[in-house]
Amino acid sequence: MYAYDELDRTLINERVEEFRDQVKRRLSGELTEDEFKMLRLQNGVYLQLHAYMFRVAIPYGTLSSKQLRRLAHVARRYDRGYGHFTTRQNIQFNWIKLAELPDALADLAEVGIHAMQTSGNNTRNVTSDQWAGVAPGEIEDPRIWSELLRQYTTLHPEFSFLPRKFKFAITASAHDRAAIKIHDIGLRLHKNAEGETGFEVMVGGGLGRTPFIGKPIKPYVAGHDLLSYVEAILRVYNQYGRRDNIYKARIKILVHELGVEKFAREVEDEWQQMRDSDTALTLDDAMIEDIRSRFTYPAYEKLPHMPEELKQAAHDPLFERWRKNSVFTHKVQGYAIVTLSLKPVGGPPGDATADQMDALADLADKYSFGEIRVGHEQNLALPHVAKRDLPALWKALDKIGLATPNVNLVSDIIACPGLDYCSLANARSIPIAQELTRRFANHDTADLIGRLHINISGCINACGHHHVGHIGILGVEKNGEEFYQITIGGRADESAELGTLIGPSVPYGEVADVVEDIVEAYLALRARPDELFVDTVKRLGVEPFRERVYATR
Amino acid sequence: MTSPLEQKKIRIAGPSVVTANRTWDGIVIYRTARRDWSAKLSDAAIVRTSDEARALLAESVADDVGAVGAYIAPVEIKESGKIKPGNLREHIRLQGVTIDLPVPA
Repeated sequence: MYAYDELDRTLINERVEEFRDQVKRRLSGELTEDEFKMLRLQNGVYLQLHAYMFRVAIPYGTLSSKQLRRLAHVARRYDRGYGHFTTRQNIQFNWIKLAELPDALADLAEVGIHAMQTSGNNTRNVTSDQWAGVAPGEIEDPRIWSELLRQYTTLHPEFSFLPRKFKFAITASAHDRAAIKIHDIGLRLHKNAEGETGFEVMVGGGLGRTPFIGKPIKPYVAGHDLLSYVEAILRVYNQYGRRDNIYKARIKILVHELGVEKFAREVEDEWQQMRDSDTALTLDDAMIEDIRSRFTYPAYEKLPHMPEELKQAAHDPLFERWRKNSVFTHKVQGYAIVTLSLKPVGGPPGDATADQMDALADLADKYSFGEIRVGHEQNLALPHVAKRDLPALWKALDKIGLATPNVNLVSDIIACPGLDYCSLANARSIPIAQELTRRFANHDTADLIGRLHINISGCINACGHHHVGHIGILGVEKNGEEFYQITIGGRADESAELGTLIGPSVPYGEVADVVEDIVEAYLALRARPDELFVDTVKRLGVEPFRERVYATR
Repeated sequence: MTSPLEQKKIRIAGPSVVTANRTWDGIVIYRTARRDWSAKLSDAAIVRTSDEARALLAESVADDVGAVGAYIAPVEIKESGKIKPGNLREHIRLQGVTIDLPVPA
């Protein structure tokens, strides 16, 4: 966990009081909505279909049990008893009252939680690998750099009024769980030939109306140069990024229109100029160590790789099913990372009730050194579970509905709130996801299908990351009716790709049938039982799937 | 949603109302003929011409303290006189989400 210092606490508290005054002035009419809108957005407050929506940041996806309990409190006291975990390590509350928001923010501030960087045309919540600090083979904990970036960019005047929103993601593992290639800046920690740690920098990834996979512009930036190099990128963006057309304002459009080589040269020139004029911030070791020292790690015990409790529990097929897809290798022997599915059969993806949050906080205290993680797949994780405790944890999770054994399987669906909540949406996402989880509720079938990610967005803004779903579903509106475009072959990992449209959109009532057809085609076409869906699509292209889906439609 | 400014340029195709969200709590509200707001669609002022719609919208937008994001929305008037939302989005705004909430209200 990261321990906030006095400066952090003062900043958050002052921000709450500033917003309290702004809300008061808005409600009295002293501020018009036009004047207030940017202020509320800078505090994570949107206006959705039925109410205000309040988005709270969970920087790099790390939460303490105390913080999770406080989120539960906010859900219960100010909302309708639940929260929605998003695809960017945030939580959203859907029914909050503007008049009560300052109190909710004050309650969160007491435990070091805030809503800065969750909206507006600034640098957004810095996201990272939800297994940071515990993943085997990781170069180093990427949260140290995430936190440095968070501190540097928060309220930075040059980054607060950008042409559009701006998103960072960082990973330090070979397998990318942070989806860095679909971010404005993606950073991959690695070691150079001299064994020094630095970053490969990718720019211009993003989904939405015009999706792009991020492009590498520099193979290695040393850690002490990270902030100045990032600043050079943002300066180039600030200078050349379009502000006249919201649809062309993201940095991905600038990178595409300039060309990645020219964009990289512009950044290099800017960076050189900053260095020559001695205005480039160079992090010294003490600064980095200061941040590093404020991340604390558990006092792990020396435990056996295969404890007796686990050997015994392996005889229970239900436990084994859950263990196989929810429990992952930890960097410390005798410990495991446990992913908790927020995708129960028939449930809205990513939602957790206040009661579940409270119960999970207790389990985190008992089994995971009081720590919880949030991933972009809209699931949670307990990062430090002793393997001997897995059977007991599983039983406890099952009691609170957090042991659905479908992690990374077909019913582990990522979905945006869609037209049920969102004022931008054209079509519903959640009911489609719910129907699909029912269709694929049979665990044996899901195991047979294997790893398959379905992503659903209710509009082209792509909050459900449909472009990079193995199967992507995009809601569109046609003559007042909900239709859905289907793409296949997308992926969000280190081999990120955009999916390919398989054909004309289909009506609401046919989406689940189409997905079943695609899955059946895959089962018939795959070369081997362990060839993943996305690899079969890569090998064969979309045509066999297109034929299967549209032959009878 | 079409912004009020853009809606000045368009013509309505049938009976319409002006809807918004209440400022202090965000709930869905409708402009009434009494120059007030109501959470009930049945209280909404119905406009049938573009001029009427523009006038009702202008009056609604002027109440910046009471309401946020006012816009014109289509409705259907049933033979019984009952007013129904004119599209799915407005149906959801009026009736609530189409799914069961994780915690029943």
